[in-house]
Amino acid sequence: MEIPRDLAIERRQRSGTHFSEPVERRGDWKDGSLTTAARRAWDKKQLGVLVQGNGKTVARALGWFSIGLGLAEVLAPRTLERFLGIRQHRFLLRVMGLREIASGVGILTGRRPSSWLWARVGGDVIDIAGLGMALSSDTAKSGNIGLACVAVAGITVLDMRCAQELSQNDDTALSTRTIEVRKSIQINCSAAAIYKFWRDFQNLSKFMSNVESIETLSDRRSHWCVRGPAGKRIEWDAEITEEQENHLIAWRSLEGAQVENYGTVRFETAPGGRGTYVKVHLQYSPPAGIFGARVAQLFGREPRQQIHEDLHHLKQIMETGEIITTKGQPAGRAGGTSWKYDQAVRRQVDSRSDYQTSAV
Amino acid sequence: MKANCWYGKGDVQVVDVSEPEVLNNRDAVIKITSTAICGSDLHLYNNFVPTMEKGDILGHEFMGEVVEVGSEVHNLKAGDRVVASFPISCGKCFFCQKELFSLCENSNPNAWMAQKLFGHSPAGIYGYTHMLGGFAGGQAEYARVPFADVGTVKIPDGLSDEQVLFLSDIFPTGYMAAENCNIQPGDTIAVWGCGPVGQLAMKSAYLLGAERVIGIDRFPYRLQIAREKAGAEVLNYEQCDVYDSLMDMTGGLGPDACIDAVGMEAHMPGVIGAYDRVKQSMMLESDRPHVLRQAIMACRKGGTVSIPGVYGGFDDKIPLGSLMNKALTVKTGQTHVQHYFAPLLERIQSGDIDPSFIITHRLPLDEAPRGFEMFLNKQDDCLKVVLKP
Repeated sequence: MEIPRDLAIERRQRSGTHFSEPVERRGDWKDGSLTTAARRAWDKKQLGVLVQGNGKTVARALGWFSIGLGLAEVLAPRTLERFLGIRQHRFLLRVMGLREIASGVGILTGRRPSSWLWARVGGDVIDIAGLGMALSSDTAKSGNIGLACVAVAGITVLDMRCAQELSQNDDTALSTRTIEVRKSIQINCSAAAIYKFWRDFQNLSKFMSNVESIETLSDRRSHWCVRGPAGKRIEWDAEITEEQENHLIAWRSLEGAQVENYGTVRFETAPGGRGTYVKVHLQYSPPAGIFGARVAQLFGREPRQQIHEDLHHLKQIMETGEIITTKGQPAGRAGGTSWKYDQAVRRQVDSRSDYQTSAV
Repeated sequence: MKANCWYGKGDVQVVDVSEPEVLNNRDAVIKITSTAICGSDLHLYNNFVPTMEKGDILGHEFMGEVVEVGSEVHNLKAGDRVVASFPISCGKCFFCQKELFSLCENSNPNAWMAQKLFGHSPAGIYGYTHMLGGFAGGQAEYARVPFADVGTVKIPDGLSDEQVLFLSDIFPTGYMAAENCNIQPGDTIAVWGCGPVGQLAMKSAYLLGAERVIGIDRFPYRLQIAREKAGAEVLNYEQCDVYDSLMDMTGGLGPDACIDAVGMEAHMPGVIGAYDRVKQSMMLESDRPHVLRQAIMACRKGGTVSIPGVYGGFDDKIPLGSLMNKALTVKTGQTHVQHYFAPLLERIQSGDIDPSFIITHRLPLDEAPRGFEMFLNKQDDCLKVVLKP
């Protein structure tokens, strides 16, 4: 069956999907119709949207349900108390109501509703536990509480199914095993100068604050020692996989690496006398998995932030010949550097005793 | 050594701290001979700028004698008498090369913090929050000057400390504010705030060829200095409607350029003033941008609004409609002090201007807390406090 063009566009509009560019321009159209191959691909995509659409619809319904229940708990805690036959728990009910509203708003407006749905599942468990505890109250209306338990259990199942489905969609978009970081910085030097500095791997530990040492094994091979989360030392061998003088260096870890990683750094001459854009693209499998990486983030070692700081240090070395610091200055307190605020300085200094870098 | 340190809202104390050392190769350490309290220090004193920490040494207007230089500083030697610029600038990055020194990319070790608030980080500044570097300031006996080869100007013999001290900040700040007005012959310039920067902006406006300068404030003694020393016509905003008066004085055209030398803590009688005060104290609004609103509304069509006053965050009810429909130009920024060092030193040497006319109080460093108190509360007709270590 050929799908008439107008119908196709109408369907597309109705389903609310976005193509990156108009279908007509993608070369899939012949005499106003989709080619068979394109149509199959298109049908498949529509089907995917349909499935996803269902998950999303349920999620939206759950979001509104959350807000409704939350509002009831916040605005009419007394009525609820009377229904369940408990007393003196108005504050608790209000707090739970606020939690419901927050997850509801999160589901409806968040970029990743799945995580909010998982938060709902957690909330459901707390609710059931709370209801169980309410049973022990002398005035408890066990019939009503049982009814509430059944309702919450039903909702929990729905929450879990929906969260699972949406998580799967997320997972296809976001790999669960690797972390990917892209960062770029403008440096007021020629690409050749920065390339030369970077290509001498001994220099990398001058601006990468996690790197303890890099040993050059041969022209293309090197041995890396890096401080991982919680001060754990991580080592691997790496090799250069591609190299274009003054333009690009690509590398990857060799087999047996504790942290599998690969990346590229590009040195692009910027227009109008702006020096060079240095663009880093890095992918790695964190040692303790994604979970470990998230935990590490809690302690301020978010990889994007870390690489951003490292590149800023590279810029400082290349442009000024030193990395500016406040470590060791006076203050009307113990220590001139603030533990609370000057984290970048601390990291920089902690990672090596000699932070003076001679002019390049 | 003794240093004036910040310990919280309305709390500064002179305490004993260790002496600064050369930490980077392009540092110098100077023995301070004169230092001053800046109006923008009062924003810290009132705790309106985040990321201060107890024990931070204040002060970004200072001068003195070089006692030690790092191995990469070749244009200074021990014994040189210098004024330091309040922005710390490397001299090598894209912005420094364009002489936009206050936008230096390499002088703020905590750039990421400012980046979160502003999108990009400006240069580091002495004694002005950790977001802007967390550098120890110059209200002390000694100070470390990073990138000293770029951030200092040597002072020739024959000029007193008081004549040149303000090259560190407020004279270039007032001058840049006037320069940003792109003054043409016949222009009228209105300046909100007759504090030290406002006074020097008025003087500079005349130096740059303004026909008329109008100063706006509420303290009679400040208006008197503006009239007598800076040669301005004056308006007391507690006694007149500023917009109506400016229109009367300019035949309804409005001033060709308006300078906001007040910034985030503007005072304003009435409902709008109360509205901003409440919002600011509840942290719903970081600044009280009343002067900016008034300057935009009053400015001549096609004119310029120049903002040397400090703002820190996100402001409400800025009349963008007026700004757009009247085709106004806005020029602002922390001052590119190093760019103005040579030309303004020449202006002082030639006798075009003596910025010391704004000094009303000279105190020993020990009395810095009293200086802050007086300056904040406008006691004893206080306009500018110079501290002598």
